[in-house]
Amino acid sequence: MSKVLIAFQENDESRYIVQAIEQDNPDATVYFEPAMIRIENEGSLTINKATVEEMMGCDWEVQSIHVNLLTLTGHIDEDDDYFTVHWDN
Amino acid sequence: MATQALRADYHGDGKDTEDKFHGAILVYINWDKHLFFYSAKAFPLDPNMPFAAVLEHVIGTHFCQHPEYKNINWDTVEWTLNNEPFMPVMEKSLAENGFDHKCLLRFKTAETSSFEAAGI
Amino acid sequence: MSAKKLNLKDKYRLLTRDLDWDFSYEDRKDAFPFEEFEGIKITDWDKWEDPFRLTMDAYWKYQAEKEKKLYAIYDAFSQNNGHLNVSDARYVNAIKIFLTAVSPGELAAHSGFAFTGRQMGGIGARIAAQMQSIDELRHIQTQIHAMSHYNKFFDGFDEFSHMHDRVWYISVVKSFFDDARSAGPFEFMVAIGFSFEYVLTNLLFVPFMSGAAYNGDMATVTFGFSAQSDEARHMTLGLEIIKFLLEQHEDNVPIVQKWIDKWLWRGYRILTVVAMMMDYMLPQKVMSWKEAWELYFEQAGGALFKDLERYGIKMPDYTDLIKAEKEHLSHQAWWTFYTNSQATAFHTWIPSDEELDWLSEKYPESFDKYYRPRWELAKEMAEKGERYYNEGLPQLCQTCQIPMIYTDVQNDPRDIVYRSTKYQGERFHFCSDQCQHIFENEPEKYVHAWLPVHQIFQGNCGGPGGLEKVMDYYKLDVGKANMDYVGSPDEERWKNWKGVA
Ligand SMILES: [Fe+2]
Ligand SMILES: [Fe+2]
Ligand SMILES: [Zn+2]
Repeated sequence: MSKVLIAFQENDESRYIVQAIEQDNPDATVYFEPAMIRIENEGSLTINKATVEEMMGCDWEVQSIHVNLLTLTGHIDEDDDYFTVHWDN
Repeated sequence: MATQALRADYHGDGKDTEDKFHGAILVYINWDKHLFFYSAKAFPLDPNMPFAAVLEHVIGTHFCQHPEYKNINWDTVEWTLNNEPFMPVMEKSLAENGFDHKCLLRFKTAETSSFEAAGI
Repeated sequence: MSAKKLNLKDKYRLLTRDLDWDFSYEDRKDAFPFEEFEGIKITDWDKWEDPFRLTMDAYWKYQAEKEKKLYAIYDAFSQNNGHLNVSDARYVNAIKIFLTAVSPGELAAHSGFAFTGRQMGGIGARIAAQMQSIDELRHIQTQIHAMSHYNKFFDGFDEFSHMHDRVWYISVVKSFFDDARSAGPFEFMVAIGFSFEYVLTNLLFVPFMSGAAYNGDMATVTFGFSAQSDEARHMTLGLEIIKFLLEQHEDNVPIVQKWIDKWLWRGYRILTVVAMMMDYMLPQKVMSWKEAWELYFEQAGGALFKDLERYGIKMPDYTDLIKAEKEHLSHQAWWTFYTNSQATAFHTWIPSDEELDWLSEKYPESFDKYYRPRWELAKEMAEKGERYYNEGLPQLCQTCQIPMIYTDVQNDPRDIVYRSTKYQGERFHFCSDQCQHIFENEPEKYVHAWLPVHQIFQGNCGGPGGLEKVMDYYKLDVGKANMDYVGSPDEERWKNWKGVA
């Protein structure tokens, strides 16, 4: 299975998103690089609205990942309560 | 193949045809395996110019910055014109030597210097 | 009673599909006259789906948020003399290249997407292209704004837009966009969406910008990452259009394959400059060009091509060559600019001893063998007071317009690659098989190339009268904006600010 990748600007908001990713995708690898955070995983990565909200302690819209998103690879599946990138082979 | 164009009469108008260079032809010259010069150099030259003059006034002034230039033995230099082996006749003109517009002249020298392995 | 909140999928449908209209008294074909001439067959535009399902209202909301953050940082940056915090003034030359060569490309992308957005028969694609067009306009504006601060303190920034249309090496980027914008709407989408966004900006705006941050350039990393937050969407759009075309009709497959082969190469060639910016122009090193390429292209691009296999799309056959070139690209480029710095709108320099060691470590296959000796020689010459500036003008590739600097890295990296073909009795020269094939597929187009070296010889760049006239034509401030960094006014000012002798 190919690796998916997703990267964010490093800031307070992204740190919570990354924590949520780590919790929901235990096999993911997180790399801290200057000013950015890159996350890789075999096959797929999912961001769940509920987990991010739990980490942040406030409401969070999935679409607001656009504000801090830098790049990603894989097919995107997005809805109100989750955001997933995945490869199928 | 042709460009997939909106109009059937789409065609190219060459920007660099020979008539645009005020009587000169374009000649590209490279000293092979000498990347001290990062690429071949381009020159607009009078096709009536004797090859000897090109060697002295064009090659001589544009490749002499290389520290080994002065050591070249021109009798053993191998030339190619448009990637074909070529023997220049010094007193004949570029045109008589077979140079045409946008031709590529390359020369190879027997190297003994420390620059050889690095291709400088 | 308040209306029920719509979910993302319903909202996307209502704010895209339902904004379209039917053509009751005009022929739909007349409304979208460029949709068919490229040979692309669309059977059902309704199959188009924006994976982000971004609608215009959400778009404005998040873009406004991005802009507010960005301008707050610009203000802080200039109020606090942010330019004094960069790692070294040499670094600033990387963003001079950025402003003269890349930012005007954003404007070209803006106009291209405005045109393409109008020409797409499907409403979903039209809206996505419209957003991208607005994004690209934001990119050039925010980039000019960020760099206007540097313009107050460093040479080489002020004539960027004049230079973009004239200066020799900048024609490489300009012609890339001209090529894309003069193609049909679908080829444009593949060209920019795939080649520029997926291949090029991913490397320029992610690892290079991370390097900008590491070198203390708060303004550049901020506009870079802010732009890249849009580019992530553009990249996705680029891949979406490819998948959409492949799913619409099997006859589209060979056309799309041809565009991928062409545009991946065109984008890759431009990356030569980004390779050099990463390896030579960031005083504090983050990641080598080779490492960045392996991560963002070999790994990420490899996964993409594996995914596209199911449509019959193949990885271009030159990927082995690209793999081999990663050991050489940045070194060939920096040497070219270093030795031609009498005609560049930025400064160049000999890498420091520590930098040379870093390059040896990162490029064990090539650096000590081929490139370190050049720098040793350059150093020797400079120490004698004979800083090396190469005389004369280079031979250029007809397609990519880059000087013919590329060597036969798979056989003997000391040999320049020469390819040529004849068209209408005239000989045309290329840096590679790929540039030759691109030309041969569309010779009518590429004979129009405005090759700076040939234009100079024709007398179209300031008239006859040597390099001095050409520099005036470029509005290049000789002795200030160009030549070596050592001894430049930039260096002198920097030392004064920093209180070093
Ligand atoms: Fe952009
Ligand atoms: Fe973009
Ligand atoms: Zn080329």
